[in-house]
Amino acid sequence: MTDVRYDRAPGDIPNEEMQARSPSEALVYTIGLLVALILTATSFWVANTSLLWPGGIGLGLAVLAISQMGIHLVFFLHLTSGPDSTNNILALAFGLLIVFVVVVGTMWIVTDLNDNMLMPPSDAMNIRMQR
Amino acid sequence: MNLLGKLDWSAIPLHQPIVMAATAFMALVVVAVLGFITMKGAWPYLWREWLTSVDHKRIGVMYCILALVMLLRGFSDAIMMRAQQAVAAGGAQGYLPTEHFDQIFSAHGTIMIFFMAMPFVVGLMNFAVPLQLGIRDVAFPTLNSVSFWLTAAGALLINVSLAVGEFSKAGWWGYPPLSELQYSPGVGVDYYLWSLQISGLGTLLSGINFVTTILKMRAPGMSYMRMPVFCWTSLATNLLIVAAFPVLTAALAMLLLDRYLGFHFFTNEAGGNQMLYANLFWVWGHPEVYILILPAFGVFSEVIATFSGKPLFGYRSMVVATMAICILSFFVWLHHFFTMGASANVNGFFGVMSMIIALPTGVKIYNWLFTMYGGRVRLTVPVLWTVGFMVTFVIGGMTGVLHAVPPVSFQLHNSVFLIAHFHNVIIGGVLFGAMAGYTYWFPKAFGFALDERWGKASFWCWFVGFYLAFMPLYLLGLMGMTRRMQHYDDPAWQPWLVVAMIGAVVILGGIICQIVQLVVSIRARDKLRVTADPWNGRTLEWATASPPPAWNFSSAPNVTGRDAFWTSKRRDRARQDRPGSAHVYEPIEMPKNSATGFVSAFFAVLIGFSMIWHIWWLACVGLFGAFATLLAFAFRRHPEFEVPAKQIAQFERAQSAGAAA
Amino acid sequence: MNIAAAIDSVPPEALPSASETGPAPKRVVVAYGFWILLLSDIVMFAALFASYAILVRATAGGPTGAQLFNQTTVAIETACLLVSSYTCGLMSLAVNSRNRLGTYLGALVTFALGATFLTLELREFADMIAHGATPQRSAFLSAFFTLVGCHGLHVALGLIWLVVMMVQVAVMGFVDSVQHRLLCFSLFWHALDIVWVGVFTVVYLMGISL
Repeated sequence: MTDVRYDRAPGDIPNEEMQARSPSEALVYTIGLLVALILTATSFWVANTSLLWPGGIGLGLAVLAISQMGIHLVFFLHLTSGPDSTNNILALAFGLLIVFVVVVGTMWIVTDLNDNMLMPPSDAMNIRMQR
Repeated sequence: MNLLGKLDWSAIPLHQPIVMAATAFMALVVVAVLGFITMKGAWPYLWREWLTSVDHKRIGVMYCILALVMLLRGFSDAIMMRAQQAVAAGGAQGYLPTEHFDQIFSAHGTIMIFFMAMPFVVGLMNFAVPLQLGIRDVAFPTLNSVSFWLTAAGALLINVSLAVGEFSKAGWWGYPPLSELQYSPGVGVDYYLWSLQISGLGTLLSGINFVTTILKMRAPGMSYMRMPVFCWTSLATNLLIVAAFPVLTAALAMLLLDRYLGFHFFTNEAGGNQMLYANLFWVWGHPEVYILILPAFGVFSEVIATFSGKPLFGYRSMVVATMAICILSFFVWLHHFFTMGASANVNGFFGVMSMIIALPTGVKIYNWLFTMYGGRVRLTVPVLWTVGFMVTFVIGGMTGVLHAVPPVSFQLHNSVFLIAHFHNVIIGGVLFGAMAGYTYWFPKAFGFALDERWGKASFWCWFVGFYLAFMPLYLLGLMGMTRRMQHYDDPAWQPWLVVAMIGAVVILGGIICQIVQLVVSIRARDKLRVTADPWNGRTLEWATASPPPAWNFSSAPNVTGRDAFWTSKRRDRARQDRPGSAHVYEPIEMPKNSATGFVSAFFAVLIGFSMIWHIWWLACVGLFGAFATLLAFAFRRHPEFEVPAKQIAQFERAQSAGAAA
Repeated sequence: MNIAAAIDSVPPEALPSASETGPAPKRVVVAYGFWILLLSDIVMFAALFASYAILVRATAGGPTGAQLFNQTTVAIETACLLVSSYTCGLMSLAVNSRNRLGTYLGALVTFALGATFLTLELREFADMIAHGATPQRSAFLSAFFTLVGCHGLHVALGLIWLVVMMVQVAVMGFVDSVQHRLLCFSLFWHALDIVWVGVFTVVYLMGISL
């Protein structure tokens, strides 16, 4: 039973000889740090610049944030697509699905309720009979 | 600055005779039980073997005991409400004043969901899942004990509210703005919030524990598609717990911030938004329904396959249906507030999703029917509960699909039709499932079976009583009766409410039968003694002794197929040999007992109680104590001990000698 | 009772897949359990983010984000947390090679950066409260203080945890349980950084640009 494969612990470095390769592991962290720094700096620049179309800034920031989260997952948490971390990925995917449902669902529902039910203070007397 | 915060003698409701009588009765029972234990000198035994136990079987049993006790408490609330509504017709006010009635329906809902149904299903999972997976314990045994004691701490707080102060009058959801400080200045809502936060933490931790156990700790050879269906439904339930309870925690925390620090999440002023609470509450609330019902589905699957003597029909479809429910249950929550102003698009989407989720449930019903078809069904008590469930749950499911149609929901919203519907699925589904599981696994837990005759009497009382109590509510709902009425004007409703009252009394008969059954079975335990495998079981829990040793399996089972124990029995019979006598056992490492759970729950009660009464210094003491407990746990030197091989071999020899005799 | 001691006939070349190998090693179990705990934590943050997104415009005539947020502070906070995530990674490399000095050094830098982050955040809060922007002022500020404060609370708990872990390394050495807890700590710390990416993007950057 020496060849038994186990799943990998989340956050563990994906190779057998951890000690031997530790210098290159430090390199992985460093690459991750540099990329994350660049993405962060870009985010701050995007939020402040007047060069970009203002309507797209929100979307741009969201894309930058999501890619930075991905960088953290890959370079700091060592998430891979290998078979030994399938379980970790599946759990993460389930969590992300729930996060997506909670955030998007809540925003959709409550914004819709607000549209229908909230009266702007200015025309409180003028009840809108829409829909 | 008062050292006791808001707490003084006026907190004890001396002017309310009914409350005082109930309190006195409860105090009497508690004193009697404690006195009995002291008289028997059983404290050291209790402390050593139960209170500090980290054994999943013991913890499971304690969960079930908690659930049964809370069932009594929740049921007394129920029968009081039924009695009130049976008499308070026309101009009559009945015997319960409004503010007491409001507390009773809030307490009934809160207790039945959080402290009866939840502990019951968690208890059954605790007991059965590790045995079915063929392992020694759950992934984190001490954490498991912490989970249980936190749940018990929440239950304790909610019962303290009867004697000290009051309980919430805002219903079991605690919708703001009613539950805000402005409209509920008393401590009732605080009792509600803190007991749910504390027990919710316990539930979350136990969810994490079980997801990890099921995904990472199965016996050798037990691949996913070889797991018993109960393990699958438990996995789905615990995934839902992990994903849904944090949302409840967040929503309740926001309400706490509103009440304690004057935040404006859900207030009427300063931009607060009450619908945000309703939304977040039901983001948790709908998955919660499936958290409760999925383990019950698992129990029915095990019971039906065992007592039909057949493998479960459509195992794969069962697994797929379970996981589909697990995901879909996160897409339907708006159907709890169709009428609160969403546009047709939103209502339409959630209505359609709510109808879709009925499909996997339907698949399951057919699977159980086809399992019974062509099998030799033994009509034991667990099977009675299961068949009763199938009939009742289909009715409840149908009325549920009615509610999923938004225009119908506009008609039925907040009526007692809705009350009838969800009692139909929760009693007919969850409670029947819990009772089936209780009867099914009782012999495994204690080594003797429950009395059949009293069990059947109890089932029939529950079954008939349920229909008597809730079918009238369907009618009353269609006649326009809304929920939570302390009194009503329409005399036409009264006959139906009297029938419902009679139904509740019949259910009381069922509960009494259950108590009698337990007493009779304990007294006749020598006659009811069973072997390891009393039901001719199919899954691994029946492969080990009844009751199982602390280490569950003397040597790790090796699973070669679905229905692992059934397969191995067939193979052993073919070979005409009984392995075990000549086996060499190896020493087993077991986790040591730990008081961590009990002590941290003590501090949790301290924190909860002092926060409710604004005794800030005591809350700090509690917080510090909890931290110290955690540290003491973290610095333990030898958390495990070894069971020597000789002891295991001795146990196995005694077992096979007992089986031969 | 012993069941099925012998495997019927498993061809030697058929290696059991990971799902059939029996209970996983303790390290995997512990880390996976913590992974699940983190997921539930992230779901809780999702609820807080959703509430913030709903209430962000409910300023009730009070100050808005654009008037309150100071980008320089946020940039420094972000840098602190990001670099501390990096040093936390280096610390876990030191832990894996059982290098005591490296572990202490990594923990020290991580702690210092985390504490700096927390100080800056508390200062920012104090500044806002001093200017009348208290959480009681409007639903927007309630949601802001709760979301950002909840992240800050997690950081504070992480700092306490880190101190306890260093005492454990000193007292108990690199025994298995300490190693597992350090692995969990690094998961926790990286997850906090990921949540912070959400916070600074949604709260601060979108707050000033929208």
